[in-house]
Amino acid sequence: MPLTGFLGIQYDFQWSVLWTAGHGQWLIQGILTTLRLSALGWVFANLLGILAGALRTVPFAPLRALATFYVEFFRNVPLLVWLFFWYFGIPQFLPRAIQDWLNLHGPEFWSAVVGLSVYHGARMSEVIRAGIQSIPKTLLEASVATGLSVGQAYRLIIIPIALRLIVPPATNESLNLLKNSSLALTIGVAELTFMSRQIETYTAKAFEALTAGTLIYLAMCLGIASVMGQVERYFRIPGLIARVGRAEH
Amino acid sequence: MSFDWGIILANWKFLLFQGLMGFGAFGGGTLRLAIPAIVLGFILGTIIGLCRLAHRPWIHYPAVVYVEFFRGVPLVMVIFWFWFLIPQITGQRLPEYTVALTAFVVFEAAYLGEIVRAGIQSVPRGQVEAATAGGLSYGHTMVHVVLPQAIRNMIPSLVTQFIVLFKDTSLASIIGMMDLTKAAQTVSQREIRPFEMYLFIAVVYWIFTYSMSRFSQWLEVKMTPERAPTRRAALREAAKAAAA
Repeated sequence: MPLTGFLGIQYDFQWSVLWTAGHGQWLIQGILTTLRLSALGWVFANLLGILAGALRTVPFAPLRALATFYVEFFRNVPLLVWLFFWYFGIPQFLPRAIQDWLNLHGPEFWSAVVGLSVYHGARMSEVIRAGIQSIPKTLLEASVATGLSVGQAYRLIIIPIALRLIVPPATNESLNLLKNSSLALTIGVAELTFMSRQIETYTAKAFEALTAGTLIYLAMCLGIASVMGQVERYFRIPGLIARVGRAEH
Repeated sequence: MSFDWGIILANWKFLLFQGLMGFGAFGGGTLRLAIPAIVLGFILGTIIGLCRLAHRPWIHYPAVVYVEFFRGVPLVMVIFWFWFLIPQITGQRLPEYTVALTAFVVFEAAYLGEIVRAGIQSVPRGQVEAATAGGLSYGHTMVHVVLPQAIRNMIPSLVTQFIVLFKDTSLASIIGMMDLTKAAQTVSQREIRPFEMYLFIAVVYWIFTYSMSRFSQWLEVKMTPERAPTRRAALREAAKAAAA
């Protein structure tokens, strides 16, 4: 189906390149790698985020400084630089045994997991911190005044409210992580963007290949966003117009 | 484990003048890309934000689709799109710099548009009603009442988004533009010193983004005097009390 005349573009659409010659398989593998990379990155980013957030509240100053340094340094440097750093710069310093394990299990993939986790962990900790800070101190005082112990107040009042406030920005941040996993193509991880590029390289059909990748990303992002929108509505605290602070960069 | 920090001394001119600023044979440059991208992205973003606020559906819905589309797609994908589309439409290969700049402006405008929209919506309707009741025309209401408050509310998010954009410019290296990241890659491949190189540019990026982030915090405090009295005002009070 040639398209001619529009702005003088001549282009021969050939959508079948997306499923013939095993290219469909490539796309599916790409989606699975993207999801696996993002899921692992998401779990570790949350753990690091909670850890860093908690360390920033401890009384011991050096630990607080360490956590602050981690958050401020890692989230303010481009993820791409971190990916190159972890993939090209770090493995040489690791013990032999770990290097061997990495070479067997794909050093690109695990460097990408580390890069995504450490970068998004720093960002996630800011989301969590903003959520906790948006809860007024008086709420804790009021809970204790009604006879709850401090532990009970946290378990029954503070943490449930903080979690509900964090849902929207955390969803946003998780989607950022999913989209940022596309940068792993630069160190050779065969994720979705990598696979659409590969189809383009093999078939010279850039329009079709990029459309496939773009639509799959859109479907994933809009799908997750709409599910989380339902969750957010379900857990919304009635009568509360709370905006959790920005922690976007 | 041995480090060779000398390679930074040997290559800093190339990294900073060519990579960061874009003075040199390769064109490109992180700052030379980031600054126009911020300015043009903000202009396009304002237009899109205003379109989203419009009541006419044929202006409103295209803006909604634009924003939702670009926010659901990774920037790498958008850069590849322009890398492929621009030669198709113009019939010639354009420099990486032009492709990257176009992609950034189009992509970031979706995010900046949302900030502009939220900023204007954050001004309470009563302000407009009060200004109208007070006899101000629509133009005066906008210029003297709505926009000053809207811009004040927008600035922290805007600066945050500018930081994101600044960091995102590193992606221009993927299509081969000679920015700071690409310059470090080039040097690192020649010298086989990736650890030192990437750590060095991480610090360079950090200096810029962290100062922008501190500036935004300072601005936020300065622009909301009623919520957070400035340190200087507190010191003045203290000095007055001490004198009396």
